[in-house]
Amino acid sequence: MPLLEVTRLSKRFGGFVALDEINLAVAEGERVGLIGPNGSGKSTLVNCICGTLVNETGMVRFAGEKIDGLLTHERTRRGLARSFQLPRPFATLTVADNLRVPLLYTVNARRSPALKPFELDARCAELLTLVGLSAKGAKLPRDLTQVEMRKLELARAMAAEPKLLIADEAMAGLSQSEVDDIVGLLIRLNEGGITIILIEHIMRAVMRFSQRLVVLVSGRKIADGQPDQVIRDPAVERAYLGQ
Amino acid sequence: MQNGMFLLVSAVVAVAVFFGARLVNNDYVFFAGYTVLQFIVLATAWNILGGYTGYVNFGSAAFFAMGAYATVFFHKLHPLPIPVLILIGGVVSGVVGLGMGYLTLRLRGAFFAIATLALAVVLATFVVNWDYVGGSRGAYIIRPNEIAPIGPYIQYLFLLMLSLVVLALACARGIERSQLGYGFATIRDDELAAEASGVPTLRLKLVATTLSGALMGMAGAPFPYYIGYLQPSSAFGLEYAVNSIAMPMIGGTTSWVGPLIGAVLLGSLQQIATVTISSAVNLLIVGLLLVGFVIIAPNGIVGLVQDRLRRREK
Repeated sequence: MPLLEVTRLSKRFGGFVALDEINLAVAEGERVGLIGPNGSGKSTLVNCICGTLVNETGMVRFAGEKIDGLLTHERTRRGLARSFQLPRPFATLTVADNLRVPLLYTVNARRSPALKPFELDARCAELLTLVGLSAKGAKLPRDLTQVEMRKLELARAMAAEPKLLIADEAMAGLSQSEVDDIVGLLIRLNEGGITIILIEHIMRAVMRFSQRLVVLVSGRKIADGQPDQVIRDPAVERAYLGQ
Repeated sequence: MQNGMFLLVSAVVAVAVFFGARLVNNDYVFFAGYTVLQFIVLATAWNILGGYTGYVNFGSAAFFAMGAYATVFFHKLHPLPIPVLILIGGVVSGVVGLGMGYLTLRLRGAFFAIATLALAVVLATFVVNWDYVGGSRGAYIIRPNEIAPIGPYIQYLFLLMLSLVVLALACARGIERSQLGYGFATIRDDELAAEASGVPTLRLKLVATTLSGALMGMAGAPFPYYIGYLQPSSAFGLEYAVNSIAMPMIGGTTSWVGPLIGAVLLGSLQQIATVTISSAVNLLIVGLLLVGFVIIAPNGIVGLVQDRLRRREK
């Protein structure tokens, strides 16, 4: 049984068809790259999966449960976490407190007894070390660099202890070495047992990361398979390079 | 400092303030002090919704008036002790807050603010046309001159409002340092990211509107006994809506200390101006100070101090 199963999912904005009968299955432990030109519907698909947008037709199942109709926070609590394309830190909370929020509201909502304050502190410190921000815990997000902000975004998604992490353009605007840094981090997280869907435009990063590649164009899925084969697919080449 | 210890320290300070005021041996101190204390409760209550979650409520006067009119209603129906009326006022305004939350919390920013203002207009119209509580004529409440063992009744009202201040501050501080406080802060900072982090934003906003409304209603409940004659224009007065926004903004909205500082500063200034110049300059002072602070210190006095400390740390 796949961890995530999207069946014939469609989304319209007025007369514009953003997603047209998308089918997608992601197995547990998989690393999936989701690519497509701007406006192809990648972020809309993520928003429908995570509950930020409501799909008109189709169905989303997560860990065997139908999750359509659940609110975003209910989906997060079931193990579906995301990071945002543009980092959206909690600006008035410190970096460590940004991580404390999902621990309090997601991890503690699942556990009994809840994590004690010292356990929360330890978990925050652990996550900060994992993403290389251990020296920045007491800072405000505005004091972070662009790459540190991206790392905080990923760490916050990780703090919810997800089964599936959807990283939406986690590397946009980063230098080559910073991209390598983030890809390395995502691979380490996956090796720790987390299924990851990576939405990205930086093909070098996508190819290094993905075990499977899915391509969306104009709201439709045009390819799904091994990365090497998918990028040689004539339909994908046409979508990216034109006729 | 633990919440219990904070409550104890606040109670000790409150007792000191009460006996300090008695030393002055002038009832006007209690009259003026009551107003300042009332604004501390109102500003703290407003800040729970407006400051902690970022939802600006322009309808504070409506919640305050609901508490005051609940007192008038029960005074006519069956007189009850003021502490009981305070609890009733809290329940009435809390329920109104919950209802307002359900109706309006899918709105944000200016739309939410306008909706709360509309609520105040609707409730004021309702009260104006409700004859039992005096309608547009208003209602008299004759308070006793003295109450044993305290003495003058105004001192009793002052003491009650002082207790409400302790309760409101302990409540606000407790929230700030709790899971609820983190949840509120995430709503203020980014609601979408809050939901994605597992925060049940709608439920928390309802908690905030209910708590904030309840505290405002509690502040309004003793008001008819203080003023003696309650009419819609005094209960739904513009000064309540304006002050309960301006005081936290001047003091700082991210901490429980902000509304306290803002209310003491602005409330005292207004009382001094009332005696030395004219009561009509009250809102002028608020307006000028608000404009000044928005330019010089948009995060209020607390924000200004925090920024200075942070800069010094760097």
